[in-house]
Amino acid sequence: MKKFTISVFTENFIGILNRITIIFTRRGINISGITASESREDGIYRLTIEVTTTDEQIVQLVNQLERIIDVIKAFYYEDDQVVFQEIALYKLPVSSLDPGLEKVIRQYSARIISAEKDFVVIEMTGHKEDTQELLSILKKFNIMEFARSGRVAVSKPMQTLDQYLQ
Amino acid sequence: MNDTKIRGAEIVIKSLVAEKVTTLFGYPGGAIMPVYDALYDYIDQVNHVLTRHEQGAIHAAQGFARVSGKVGVCMVTSGPGATNLITGLADALIDSTPLVCITGQVASHLLGTDAFQETDVVGFSMPGTKWNIQVRRVEDIAPAISKGFYIARSGRPGPVLIDITKDAQFALGEFNYTPTFKVRSYKPFPQVSHSMVAKAAELINSAKKPFVLYGQGVLMAQAEEELKAFLEKTGTPAACTLLGSGSLSEDHSLYVGKLGMHGNFAPNILTNQCDVLIAVGMRFDDRVTGDLSRYARQAKVIHLELDPVEINKNVKADVPVLGDCKESLSLLIEKVQPNSHQEWLDEFLQLENEEKAAVVSRDLTPTKTGLTMGEVVRYVNEFKDDDAVLVTDVGQHQMIAWRYFAFKSSRTQVTSGGLGTMGFGLPAALGAQLHDLSRQVICVVGDGGIQMTVQELGTIMQTKAPVKIILLNNNFLGMVRQWQQMFFDKRYSFTELENPDFIKIAEAYKIKSSKVEQREDLSEAVADMLLHDGPYFLEVVVAKEDNVFPMITTGCSVDEIRLS
Ligand SMILES: Cc1ncc(C[n+]2csc(CCOP(=O)(O)OP(=O)(O)O)c2C)c(N)n1
Ligand SMILES: [Mg+2]
Repeated sequence: MKKFTISVFTENFIGILNRITIIFTRRGINISGITASESREDGIYRLTIEVTTTDEQIVQLVNQLERIIDVIKAFYYEDDQVVFQEIALYKLPVSSLDPGLEKVIRQYSARIISAEKDFVVIEMTGHKEDTQELLSILKKFNIMEFARSGRVAVSKPMQTLDQYLQ
Repeated sequence: MNDTKIRGAEIVIKSLVAEKVTTLFGYPGGAIMPVYDALYDYIDQVNHVLTRHEQGAIHAAQGFARVSGKVGVCMVTSGPGATNLITGLADALIDSTPLVCITGQVASHLLGTDAFQETDVVGFSMPGTKWNIQVRRVEDIAPAISKGFYIARSGRPGPVLIDITKDAQFALGEFNYTPTFKVRSYKPFPQVSHSMVAKAAELINSAKKPFVLYGQGVLMAQAEEELKAFLEKTGTPAACTLLGSGSLSEDHSLYVGKLGMHGNFAPNILTNQCDVLIAVGMRFDDRVTGDLSRYARQAKVIHLELDPVEINKNVKADVPVLGDCKESLSLLIEKVQPNSHQEWLDEFLQLENEEKAAVVSRDLTPTKTGLTMGEVVRYVNEFKDDDAVLVTDVGQHQMIAWRYFAFKSSRTQVTSGGLGTMGFGLPAALGAQLHDLSRQVICVVGDGGIQMTVQELGTIMQTKAPVKIILLNNNFLGMVRQWQQMFFDKRYSFTELENPDFIKIAEAYKIKSSKVEQREDLSEAVADMLLHDGPYFLEVVVAKEDNVFPMITTGCSVDEIRLS
C-alpha cells in the first residue's frame, strides 16, 4: 500500500463528482483528502484526490476514472512527483495568547490571520505531518477548533493537458 | 416567429425520428404524458410498444439492440417507472448493450422536494449507466438526446439515461437536430498501435500451440469476417465466451467450443496448455477464467480490446493491443504467416470425444426416463432456421441451450451474461422479434424465471410477435438446486416450486400452446411449434433433478473442469 495523489481534469458537468466517488466506493477505497478547483484552462475543473492503495489498483482506478464520459484526463502520482500543500486553521481563545504561544507560532511559520474579541485564528500552510504537529502543541493552549484542507498539488512531470483537448 | 416553435415533448419525438428510431418500448405515466401526447401524431413513423412493466420495456429494448446492433430505446415515467428500469440498466451496462432510456421527471420547481413520483433518477442510475443527464430546459432536449445516442453506440456501447422535467416537455422551443460525432472529454476509439500489432504477430508466428478466445467485442466491432480470416490464415483453434457465440459458425473446422464454467471440456483444459493465448474482444470474466492464479500461466497473452479498463484487469497481457478489433485483426492478418496446427487441433478433438461420451450423448440422446433439456435443444436444431435467434433466461436451461444450440450466424444469441438476470428472457425475445418479424426467435426459459416477467405474454399477445417460447419446466430453481445438491448436502432450501398451470396462462393470453411430457411426443411438438405462424408456447416437462456438466466449480482452475 502506498499513498497516491490523483489529479482528475473534468468538464463542468453536474454530478461529475458523484460519478467519480462511486468508483472509489465500489472498490472500498477511502478518499483521505479531496479538493476541487479550476484549472489553467477555462471551464475545466481539477480534482485532487488522495488515496492509499496498491500499484495495481491505482492503475485500474485511473483507467476507470478516465472511462467516465466527462472526465478529460486523470493522472496519478507518488508524493515525490508532486509539489503539494495543505492549509490548516486553528481557533484559540484570546486568553491563550501569551509569549509561549507566540514563540510556537513563529517556530512553525504560522501566522495569526484574524483576531476577534474572544478568539484568534492561526493559519499554517504545509504538509500534514507539520500541521498535525502544531495541532498537538496547540492542544495545550486550549484550542477550540481545527480544520485542514485536502491537498492542492501540481505535478513535476512537464506534461500539460493540451494534448488531451483536441 | 412563434409558429416555428414546438413543445419540448414533440422535440423528444422528432429527435428520435432524426436518430432513425423505428421501434421504442415504453410505459406511460404522469411525468411523461406530454411526450406520449406528442407521440400520438407520429405513430406512422415510430412503432411504440406498450409493455406490461417497465422492466419488460428495457429488456425488450436490450433484445432489440442485441440482434440489430442499433440503439435500443425505451421511455417511461418518473418515480416507480424510472426505478423499474434499474435492473435493465445494470444488465445493459455489464453486457455493453447500447440503450437510450428517456424518463419523465416532475417539473423543475418541484425537484428535491419529495413531490409526487419524484425520485432522484439521475442519482439512482449513475452506477448503472455509461452516461446520464437531467434536462430542465427545452433548448437542451435535442442536444442531450443527440449526445446520448452517440455515447450509447460509440466505443464500448452502454446504456444512457435522459431524465426530462415535465416543464421542459411543455415549454416551446425551436427544433434543430445536430447529430453528435465528438465529445471533447470522450475518446471512444483508441488508436491501434502498429508496434503492438507487430509484437503480437511475432508471438503468433512463433507459436506452436496458439489459441484464440473470442467474445462479444467481435460482434460489436463487426469483425466476424476478420476473425475468420485470421483463424484460417494462422490455423488457430478458437473458442467463444457466452456472449461471443455466433461470431464464428460452429460448423467451422477451427471452432473448438465454448469457454467457462459450463463450457466445453477441451477449450477449458487446453487454455492451460496453449503457448500463446489470443483474446479478442473479451474481458476474462471470472466465469470464464475460474481460479485466476492458475489461469493460463504458461501462456503469453495477447489481448485485443477496445476498453483500456479491461487490459490487465484480470489477466495480465504480455502484448496489449488497444483499439477496435476489426482494425487490429486486419493489421494482424497482414503480418502473420500462413500456418496450420493439426496436431494441436487433434488434442482438442480427443478431449471433445471424451466430453461426448461422458456428457453430450447422455444429454442429447438419453435413454432413461425423464426428458432432458438437451434433447429439446437437439430437436430445435433439427427444425430451426440457420439464422434463428436463441434468447434465454438464466439458469440450467440457459447453459444447456447455449451449449447445444447450433449457432451458425452472427447476432443469433441474446442472453443476460454479466448480470445473470432472471426474467430477462421473455421480454428480450419480444424485443428481438420486433426487430425482424420474419426471423425465427426462440425463447428458452425456466419455470422460475418466466414467472418474473410473465406479464409480457400480454405484450406478445397485443403485438402478435411470433416468438416461440419453450418453457423447460423442472419444477425447481434448477441452477440453485444443483449447487445445493453439489455443495450444500442436498439441502433444498426454498428451491422447489409449486407452479401454476402454465398452459392455462398461455391460453389466457390467447397464445397457442402445447405441453409435452413424453419423449415420443417431443419431436413433433417442436416441429409444430416452429412451423406455427404466430406466437407459440411449448411447455416441456423435464427431469426434476438433472445437472449441468461439465462444470468448473468455484475456486477451481479451468483444467480442473469436471465431467460429472
Ligand atoms: C433476478 C434473479 N434472482 C435470482 C437469481 C439466482 N438464480 C440463478 S439461476 C436461478 C434458478 C432459475 O430457475 P429456473 O428459471 O426455473 O431455471 P432452471 O435453472 O431451473 O433451468 C436462480 C434463482 C438470478 N440469477 N436472478
Ligand atoms: Mg426450473
